[in-house]
Amino acid sequence: MALFIAVFLACVVEAVEATTIVLAAGTARDWRSAGVGTGAALAVLAVIVAVLGPAVSQIPLRGLRVVVGALLLVFGLQWIRKAILRASGHKALHDEEKLYAEHTAEAAAQQSRHFVLAPDWYGFTLAFKGVLLEGLEVVFIVLTFGANAKNVGLATIAAGCAVVLVAAAGFAIRAPLARVPENTMKFVVGIMLTSFGIFWGGEGAGAHWPGSDAALLVIIPAIALFGIGLTVLLRRTGEAPPSGGVADLRAPAGHGAN
Amino acid sequence: MSKLRAFGAFWYDFVIGDDWLVAVGVVIGLAGTYGLNQAGVTAWWLLPLLLVILLPLSLQRAVSAPLLPRRRRGQRTPPASPHTPPAN
Repeated sequence: MALFIAVFLACVVEAVEATTIVLAAGTARDWRSAGVGTGAALAVLAVIVAVLGPAVSQIPLRGLRVVVGALLLVFGLQWIRKAILRASGHKALHDEEKLYAEHTAEAAAQQSRHFVLAPDWYGFTLAFKGVLLEGLEVVFIVLTFGANAKNVGLATIAAGCAVVLVAAAGFAIRAPLARVPENTMKFVVGIMLTSFGIFWGGEGAGAHWPGSDAALLVIIPAIALFGIGLTVLLRRTGEAPPSGGVADLRAPAGHGAN
Repeated sequence: MSKLRAFGAFWYDFVIGDDWLVAVGVVIGLAGTYGLNQAGVTAWWLLPLLLVILLPLSLQRAVSAPLLPRRRRGQRTPPASPHTPPAN
């Protein structure tokens, strides 16, 4: 029973992180692409486990964390930057719409040739990386805990329960998330990507976070407050700030670009 | 050749994005974290510190103006446009 609880709780943490990334990619970009990215990551994960078996623990997780963390950090900072510029009135919203429409048309023409299943490469990649990385961690947990207790089967069941439970909860909150104003959602997604990027990138580069995974509970709100503070400062020099209070990060709908 | 250029431009836009400074800063931050860790120094603080420096710098580059409008004593800063509310 102790093995089940330990593996279940550890896998819940990993599943929450993966689900957060998938929800972010789906809500702010494209649900289909996020779904395909998730499916592709699970398929790659299944192949890795089937081919490598117990040797999977030899994959350099630190190197993977550095690469994924760096990309998430760059993506996240871009999202926050654009959300703040829009919310403070520094980004020309209508010009941006026009540019986005042009880019989307070009991208659609190229992606339809190369990647039919996932119309949004960005959303696909985000979901793919998040699920693959966290999935590998789940596999490591199952193998290490299970092998240590000589009961890999029970560890696998515990991990499966955790993943299904968290995925179901994520699916349930999908619809309410869609009603959040678009620029606010992009700001939140930027915060999440940046936070996970800092956390994973730091861990991959050898840093040890105080409190381990619990450090995310400090990193996420701290970056959010910092972003809101920068928005307030920039509104002083903005040209057309949206109405509302300090935390109002709305911009007109229709801006699909990151 | 044009396809190769378009391919390169796609990946540059995808990975680097609007401001190359952000990508360079992230690489420097991760390398610095690794270096500090190798030297036996606690390094978790470096990436958050980098964010505190990098994001305002990138925003400032985007708006090409100081984040805090400079004021002379006894002089009110006029709004940047008719739509801009007073600073306070």
